[in-house]
Amino acid sequence: MMSDLLFRFAEEGAVEIGAGGALQEWAWLILVAPFVAVAGIVFFGKRMRYQGAELAVGMMAFVFVYGLILWVQTMTDHVVYENSVVIAQVSESLVFEWGWVVDGLSSMMYFVVGVVGLLVFVYALGYMRGEIRYTWFFASLSLFAGAMLVLVAAPNLAQLIVGWELVGLASYLLISHYWEDKENSTAGMKAFFTNKVADVGLIIGAIALSAAVGSFRISDILDAATHGEGGFSAPLFGSTVAVAGALLLFFGAMGKSAQFPLHIWLPDAMAGPTPVSALMHAATMVTAGIYLMARMFPLYQTIAEAARPYMIAIGAATLFLTGLLALVQDDIKKVLAYSTVSQLGYMMTAVAAGGYTAGLFHLFTHAFFKALLFLGAGSVIHSVHSNNMSDMGGLRKSMPVTFWTFVIGSGALAGVFPLAGFFSKDEILGTLDHEGYQLVMWIAIAGAFVTAFYMTRAVALTFFGEYKGHGHPHESERVMTVPLVVLAGLSAVAGFVNWPGVYTGFTEWVGTRALTMGDHHPEALDLRLAAFGTAAALLGIAGGWLLYGKDKESQQARDAFWIPGLYDAFKAKYWLDDLALGIVALVKGPSARFVNWTNNVIIDGIINTVGVGTRWLGKLVYGRFDQQGIDLAINAAAAGSGAAGGALRKLQTGRIQQYAGALVVGAVALVVGFVIFTN
Amino acid sequence: MTLAPILLLAAALFSMGIYGLLARRNAVMVLLAVELMLNAVNINLVAFEAAIRDSLATGQVFAIFVITVAAAEVGIGLAIVLMIFRNRQSANLDDFSTMSG
Repeated sequence: MMSDLLFRFAEEGAVEIGAGGALQEWAWLILVAPFVAVAGIVFFGKRMRYQGAELAVGMMAFVFVYGLILWVQTMTDHVVYENSVVIAQVSESLVFEWGWVVDGLSSMMYFVVGVVGLLVFVYALGYMRGEIRYTWFFASLSLFAGAMLVLVAAPNLAQLIVGWELVGLASYLLISHYWEDKENSTAGMKAFFTNKVADVGLIIGAIALSAAVGSFRISDILDAATHGEGGFSAPLFGSTVAVAGALLLFFGAMGKSAQFPLHIWLPDAMAGPTPVSALMHAATMVTAGIYLMARMFPLYQTIAEAARPYMIAIGAATLFLTGLLALVQDDIKKVLAYSTVSQLGYMMTAVAAGGYTAGLFHLFTHAFFKALLFLGAGSVIHSVHSNNMSDMGGLRKSMPVTFWTFVIGSGALAGVFPLAGFFSKDEILGTLDHEGYQLVMWIAIAGAFVTAFYMTRAVALTFFGEYKGHGHPHESERVMTVPLVVLAGLSAVAGFVNWPGVYTGFTEWVGTRALTMGDHHPEALDLRLAAFGTAAALLGIAGGWLLYGKDKESQQARDAFWIPGLYDAFKAKYWLDDLALGIVALVKGPSARFVNWTNNVIIDGIINTVGVGTRWLGKLVYGRFDQQGIDLAINAAAAGSGAAGGALRKLQTGRIQQYAGALVVGAVALVVGFVIFTN
Repeated sequence: MTLAPILLLAAALFSMGIYGLLARRNAVMVLLAVELMLNAVNINLVAFEAAIRDSLATGQVFAIFVITVAAAEVGIGLAIVLMIFRNRQSANLDDFSTMSG
C-alpha cells in the first residue's frame, strides 16, 4: 500500500536526467536501507537475537553489494543518472526536491561508505561486545552511514544540507557514546558546535548560490557557473555572488573536513568508541567536505576561480601544521586523528589546485588505510585497556595480525611503493607541480616526511621495545582481525586503480560527469616527483626509527629532544583551544547580561501582561459562561432524564404474566387495526 | 374437507393457550400453555398448505421447524423452572418478581 503510494508519487514528480537502467532507478534503496536499520533497531532491537546488530550489519552489507554493482556498472558504461522528486513547491521558483544521483563520483562514495562501513560494523560486533548501550550504538552507527549516503546522493544543495546536518547529529551521538564521563559529552558538544559554526557558512553559501541561480539543483548551479557571468540561464549570477558563495561553501567544508583552524574538534572526537573514529575518519564524516568541493568542482574552476588561492593556503597550512602536532601525541588515536587532518589538507589542496582526480583518489585510498589504522589501534586498545602509547610497547609478538596489518597501513599512509598511498600522494604532487604551485608542492613533500616520521614513531612505540602496560595483551578475536586483514589487502592494492600510464580506470570513473574541466591527468608516473616523495617517506621512516626504534630515555624526553623550541606549542595544540575559549569568554559576559536584561524586562513584562489578561478572561468565562450558561443546561438535562426514568421504571414490574398480557393485547390491537384499515 | 372446522380447532387451542399463559400461576402450566399455542399455529400451517396444494410442502416443513424449536424451548424452560424450584422451593410465577424496576 504505502510503497505503492510512494511509487505513484515518485512517478509523478520525478525529473530524470541522463539515461539509467533499473539499477540506477532503484539506487534510492541504498539511502533507505540504513534508515530502515535505524528504525528497526530502535523499536525492536532489544528483542532481536543479537540485539539489533545483525540488522545494522545486514543493511550495510546490502549497501556494500549495491555499491559494488553500481561501481562495476558506472566503470564499464559511464552512466550518469539523476532523479529528483518534488516534495514541496513553495512558490514558482522555490522548489524543494529529494533525489539521488548515480554517477562516478557518487558511486565511488557509495562504494567507500559500503565497504568501510561493512567492515567497521563487523569489527564493532567484537569491539563493542558487552559495552553499555550496545543496541543504541548500532542504531546511531547506521544513522551515521545513512546520513552520509543522503549527503552523497544529493542532487540539490537542500538535500545535501539535510544529510550534512544529520551527519553532524550522528557524530554527536556517537562521540559522546560514553556520556557518563563529562569529558566525552563535552567532546561531542565541541564537535557539534565547531561544525555548527562552519555549517552556517554552508547554509548561507548554498542559499546565496541557489537564490542567484534560481534553483537548488547542483547541476543548474554548475550550468550557470560554466556559462559565466550574467549568463543566459541565470542573469542574477555574477562573479561576486559566485566567489562569496563558493568561499562560504568552502567554510562549511572546513568544518566537516577539519581544515585548519576549525580542525580542533576532530582530535577531541577520539572520545568516541574506536569503530566510530574509524568510520568517521575514513568514510562518513570528514570526507563530506572534500566530496562537496569535488561536487562543486566546476564552480571553483570557472567563475569562482578567485576563491582558489585561499583554499590552497588553508589546505597547505592544514597538511603541514597539523601533521607536526601528531609528532608529540601520546594517545595513539590522537596521532591518527592529527594524521587524518593532515591528509585532509592534502585532499583539499589537491581539489583546490585543480586536481579533481588527485583529491578524490587520495580520499579513496585514505579511506582504506585510515580505517585500517584506526581499527588496528582499536584492537591494541582493546587488549591493553589504554589509549596511551606509553602503556604499550613490544606488542608485535603477542598481536601479530594487528602488527602486520598496522605496518601495512602505516606504509600506505607514509606513501611507500607499491602501497596505495604512494600513488595517490604522487598524483597530488604531480597536480601541484603541473598547476605551478611549487611552494605548496614542497610543503606537501615536507608533509610526507612528517607523515612517515610520526607513523614510524607510532609503530615503534606501540609494537617494539618493552611492554610497559599491565596484564598480558593477546591477539583480538576473529571478528576483529578479519576486517583488519581485508582492509590491509585493500590498502595494498587500491593504488593500482589509477597508475598513470598503465591503468587509469579511476580517473575515467570519477570523471563520468564530464564536469572535470581543468583536471590534470599525468601521462605517466612522474619519476622525479615519485623519487622526491619516496625519499621524503624513507627519510621520515629512518629518522623515526633512529629516535624511537629502541627504548632509551623517556618518550617525552625524546619527543622534546629534536624539536626543543616548538615542543610546548605542539603540546598545547598551538593554543587554538585557548583562543576559542577566550573568544567565547569575551563574548559571553556582555551577551549574557544583555540576554538577562531582555529576559527580565521585556519578556517578563510581555508574559505578565498576557498572564493578567488571561486570568481576567478566564474569570469572565468561568462566571458567566460556564457557571450560568453551560451548567444550567446540563443540570436541566440531567433532572429531566431522572424524572423520565422514575416514571418509566413503574412499567417494569418483574411479573412475566403482565408482560405476556401486554403482548397479547398488543397483538390483538394489531390484528384489529389490520382488519379495519385493510378493508 | 373444508378448512373452517380445522381453523376453528386451531383458534380454540390458541385461545386456551392464551388463557393458560395469562391466568395460571404455576410456571410448568404456563410452559404447557405456550406449547398449546405453538401447536395451534402448526395446525394452521398444515391446514393452509393442504388447502392451497403447495407443491413444495412449505407448511409442513415450517411446522417441523416450529416443533423442533418448541422442543428446544421447552427443554431450556423446564431446566430454568427446575433450578428456580430448587433454590426457592416454589414454582409460583408471582414469587419471581425480583427484576421489578
